[in-house]
Amino acid sequence: MAMRIVAETARLMGAERLIPIESAHIDGALYHGDSGTLFAERLVAGGAKTAVRATLNVGAIDLTGCSRNRLRPHELEMAKRMMIAYQQLGCESTWTCAPYQAGHRPRLGSQVAWGESNAVAFCNSVLGARTNRYGDFLDIACAISGRAPDYGLHRTENRRATVVFDLSHVDQKFLHSDVAWPVLGNLYGRLIGDAVGVITGLAFRPWEDILKAFGATAASTGSVGLFHVAGATPEAPDEATARHNTPAHERIIVTNEMLLDAQTRLSTADRADRVDAVAIGSPHLSVEEFDSLRRLLAGRKIAVPLYACTGRHVLRLLERDGHRQQLESSGVTIVADTCVVVTPILPEKPGAVLMTNSGKFAHYAPSNTGYSVLYGSMADCVESAVTGRPMFGAPTW
Amino acid sequence: MVSVQAEVLLDGPGTAATALALTAPISFWGGVDPRSGLIADPRHPENGQLIAGKVLFVPETVGSSSAAAILLELVHGKHAPAAIVLHEPDAILLLGLIVAKEMGYETPIALRLDREGFSALHGRTLRVSDRGLIEGA
Repeated sequence: MAMRIVAETARLMGAERLIPIESAHIDGALYHGDSGTLFAERLVAGGAKTAVRATLNVGAIDLTGCSRNRLRPHELEMAKRMMIAYQQLGCESTWTCAPYQAGHRPRLGSQVAWGESNAVAFCNSVLGARTNRYGDFLDIACAISGRAPDYGLHRTENRRATVVFDLSHVDQKFLHSDVAWPVLGNLYGRLIGDAVGVITGLAFRPWEDILKAFGATAASTGSVGLFHVAGATPEAPDEATARHNTPAHERIIVTNEMLLDAQTRLSTADRADRVDAVAIGSPHLSVEEFDSLRRLLAGRKIAVPLYACTGRHVLRLLERDGHRQQLESSGVTIVADTCVVVTPILPEKPGAVLMTNSGKFAHYAPSNTGYSVLYGSMADCVESAVTGRPMFGAPTW
Repeated sequence: MVSVQAEVLLDGPGTAATALALTAPISFWGGVDPRSGLIADPRHPENGQLIAGKVLFVPETVGSSSAAAILLELVHGKHAPAAIVLHEPDAILLLGLIVAKEMGYETPIALRLDREGFSALHGRTLRVSDRGLIEGA
């Protein structure tokens, strides 16, 4: 069945052959309804096993017990059965949307089959491994068969940047802040869609967590699977190389006004006078991001719930260093294995307002949780959690 | 009377249903409620409309790679469109139908047609043949 699914997809996408893959990241173990559980159990019943390393994206349940959800008994049961089925298929219990920060980093140029839109963008762009945007079912089918259809971003010619996204006219101080990159990602995703772009005009080398935030937001507003950053990502030592020395179809000169507009679009609750909850960690928080959170909180107690979503690879370190206890005594709820937009963790509250520093949460929270959103920096999120009111720092430009 | 020939991407039965032509790209995950088939993204222009039982015209898909799971769940719960017409084949979305067939569910036909023709079909009652011929009054 796995090979039939891979072959049928190859036919549909016009791929001429299947290629061997080295690893997979599986987005399919998140419960959306009983059908997904029944599919996974069908594979288990047939004796299927993964042929390559396969890490798991988030599930619907926090198996570490850090947080609780409001799934009804039937859904809880089916979601748990689904998570167990994927483990029985041989997948690693990583349960994170940032597998690349949990030790799964395929090498430059290797062929892989990854799911989860932010993981795909990071894997292609920052690691330089080659994957299409794999969806549920095809990801596990590729992991079991060890094969993927040869089309799209698996092929060198399709990794060429055709659009230049020029940041040289934008305030560099703003670009150096964590608040800038989801804003950039929102704009990039909307303007570039499914094309491959190269970002130019940065006066510094972007660090991993801001590229993670950028890719996640760009992949929510557009079908972005691969972006290049001239001088920073592995296939873009410079702009011309990213373009494969071929002229670009389009050059977008980004202005401060375009960024202000994108920043406004990230919020849906602009006139809110209170904040009901704060959520950070989409993609899952790294150890460094938890360090920022602890520094900003400085031991203060929060007035409204703050949900910090992460993977168990980070939770282990927080526990080792006593940071989990420290954060929880401030009132922070750590959410592991899952996150607040994929499973009902936020309290049910009509008209509630969620503050976040994540462009991806900002994009999906209104439809998935019913909360309207306010977008701000990590510092804004912490101050808002402490006071219960929207707190924004001075404009950066 | 309109009549256009679309390309069959995935086989399915012919149908007669109302056309719903989306005017903006959609993310099935987060954009469509898997339990009802209602468009649930408040920022989408067709927010609140039902895709179940319609001939659904999709100009572009965006967003999360969980679209296939939503579509499979819609098929499983009998809230799927009667036919899906895409501007271009999207492996992520169509996987939902490929797996639905493997599971033995009754699966709608998927077609390819240039999106320039979508708006002229919107709101009409269409007959879609199992060979991809779309006809409407």
